[in-house]
Amino acid sequence: MLIDFLYKLKSHKLPVSIKEYLTLLEGLQKGVIGTSIDEFYHFSRIALVKDEAHFDKFDRAFGEFWEGIETIPGIEGQIPLEWLLKQAELSLSEEEKKQIEALGGWEKLMETLKKRLEEQKERHQGGNKWIGTGGTSPYGAYGYNPEGIRIGQSGSRNRRAVKVWDQREFQNLDDSVELGTRNIKVALRRLRRFARQGAAEEFDLDGTITATARKAYLDIHMRPERRNAIKVLLFLDIGGSMDDHVKLCQEMFSAAKTEFKHLEYFYFHNCLYDFVWKDNRRRHSERTRTWDVLHKYGHDYKVIFVGDATMSPYEILQAGGSIEYFNEEPGAVWLKRVTDVYQRCVWLNPEPKEIWGYRQSVSIIRELMKDRMFPTTIAGLEDAMKLLAK
Amino acid sequence: MRFAGSNEYVATDDLTLAVNAAITLERPLLIKGEPGTGKTMLAVQVAKSLGVPLLEWHVKSTTKAQQGLYEYDAVSRLRDSQLGDPRVQDISNYIIKGMLWQAFSLDAPCVLLIDEVDKADIEFPNDLLREIDRMEFYVYETRELIKAKHRPIVFITSNNEKELPDAFLRRCFFHYIRFPEKDTMEKIVQVHFPDLKKNLLREALDVFFEVRDVPGLKKKPSTSELLDWLKLLLAEDIPAEALRSKDRKTIIPPLHGALLKNEQDVHLFERLVFMTRAKNT
Repeated sequence: MLIDFLYKLKSHKLPVSIKEYLTLLEGLQKGVIGTSIDEFYHFSRIALVKDEAHFDKFDRAFGEFWEGIETIPGIEGQIPLEWLLKQAELSLSEEEKKQIEALGGWEKLMETLKKRLEEQKERHQGGNKWIGTGGTSPYGAYGYNPEGIRIGQSGSRNRRAVKVWDQREFQNLDDSVELGTRNIKVALRRLRRFARQGAAEEFDLDGTITATARKAYLDIHMRPERRNAIKVLLFLDIGGSMDDHVKLCQEMFSAAKTEFKHLEYFYFHNCLYDFVWKDNRRRHSERTRTWDVLHKYGHDYKVIFVGDATMSPYEILQAGGSIEYFNEEPGAVWLKRVTDVYQRCVWLNPEPKEIWGYRQSVSIIRELMKDRMFPTTIAGLEDAMKLLAK
Repeated sequence: MRFAGSNEYVATDDLTLAVNAAITLERPLLIKGEPGTGKTMLAVQVAKSLGVPLLEWHVKSTTKAQQGLYEYDAVSRLRDSQLGDPRVQDISNYIIKGMLWQAFSLDAPCVLLIDEVDKADIEFPNDLLREIDRMEFYVYETRELIKAKHRPIVFITSNNEKELPDAFLRRCFFHYIRFPEKDTMEKIVQVHFPDLKKNLLREALDVFFEVRDVPGLKKKPSTSELLDWLKLLLAEDIPAEALRSKDRKTIIPPLHGALLKNEQDVHLFERLVFMTRAKNT
């Protein structure tokens, strides 16, 4: 029973175990839930999915598996018009709004939509005329909104009538999404390595007991406090094409700053050359020579570059390639020096991984970094931290 | 035993289903969700409505799994031995029962809350696998096996600061408390402030959800913050009209300190208000 369902979930890469599946069956046997499919949806999610990041995958798998089996009628006809208006207004740009005006304004448009809602008696997925949840284009005939006006459900909904999984409310919890500070912190925590170093200030109870028992007199032992011993050197690309990613870099930086006790950071522009700086306002007056950085911070530091690696290949490979001044040695040499000194070294790229292949400079940097380039998604960051922690 | 919400706690359908499944199948229920959505309160309310005792184990970053089972007070024993106390002969005098042991030894089922499990060390959940699964553990000092007389109803809350190990997750049920929708929120507020004026409530909720919608807030206000804010509004006797304005974005809500807990967020909010005001004039 329900074995196909288990395999469906597995095929969607959900980490479901046999034990959990048996628990689900046990629950069904004991009558935890009634006969409604909504209850089954909730119960199977409680029993099988253990991370809200997987909820979206689960919703999709569930939708696919149960499509056609359940008999709950669609409720698209009940969407309040006001809500549709509101939602559509939000997702349309000024230009698109003008086009709508040209077509006779909102009222006419909504009238057409209403008519179509009346015509349509059942739930529809996909297609380009009917309104439905699965398709991207509810009334695509007009073709002015590139994404189509999405019809979902209003805030106050009648739970029994709606198929909850089709709403895919947990979409943004999937772990391929962009980062927030808190998520970054969680990912950075993988880099924790506690060690006892420094002055012995903490009372060591176990040590004292053992020593006392052994020597038959009170022998107090102290030990150093446990601290995160990871040292991090952060290089941030700033300006130019990185302007699009300022928010992400800010978040990353603030998360890193609170997470690591030993964090040193420097800025560079596009590619690493013979100097870096710590304050962008005084970047021309207060520079640090990259050589000094390499000499000052020991090889036990872990190095993280943050940059989009998007530039002309000359900026990496040629002497004098920098767009700001004449650099005597090419950026590639400097990057190689850094990777030589620091064994643990990654490059985080805020650009989506899919477009890396189209940019020559990204491939060059990736090669220089020995393929240790990761996208700045939660999953990417976690992979990067795993590699650094090894 | 069935849980169906209480008059002090509004539980959504899926939440009650999760709680009842956990009770029937005797599995621990792991609760996650935004801070302030009532994760801890759930255990308290379930215990209250089922009429069973509640044992709370608050986990801190220094908490060890062993502390939940028992602790051996070696220092007292050492001192007693030097003073010649006869109690020293029996090691069980120096074993201090932890929360799990207390829950296991009760004669009736109880609710056990393991609060903020993610605060502890990364190995903490792994050290509790057998205890959670079979509800038993072994005391090495006295060589006895402690087994639960009645399996306690276990609630575990997490704020997602650390990932929990798969082996641990497999033994739990999991429920994610979503941020309540406006309807549910109205019910929640009604439970806490039964005699709140209707119009004040509506205005306050509008303002609250608008503040939550401000893009780029570091910490979005949560249910508990809304309740605090309403308490303040009531205490200060602020009329509903003060919250209302033609374009609500043009006023900073009174006593906004209860909603926005981060000075950067307050600045951001003020800047947005300032911008809309500049645009309107």
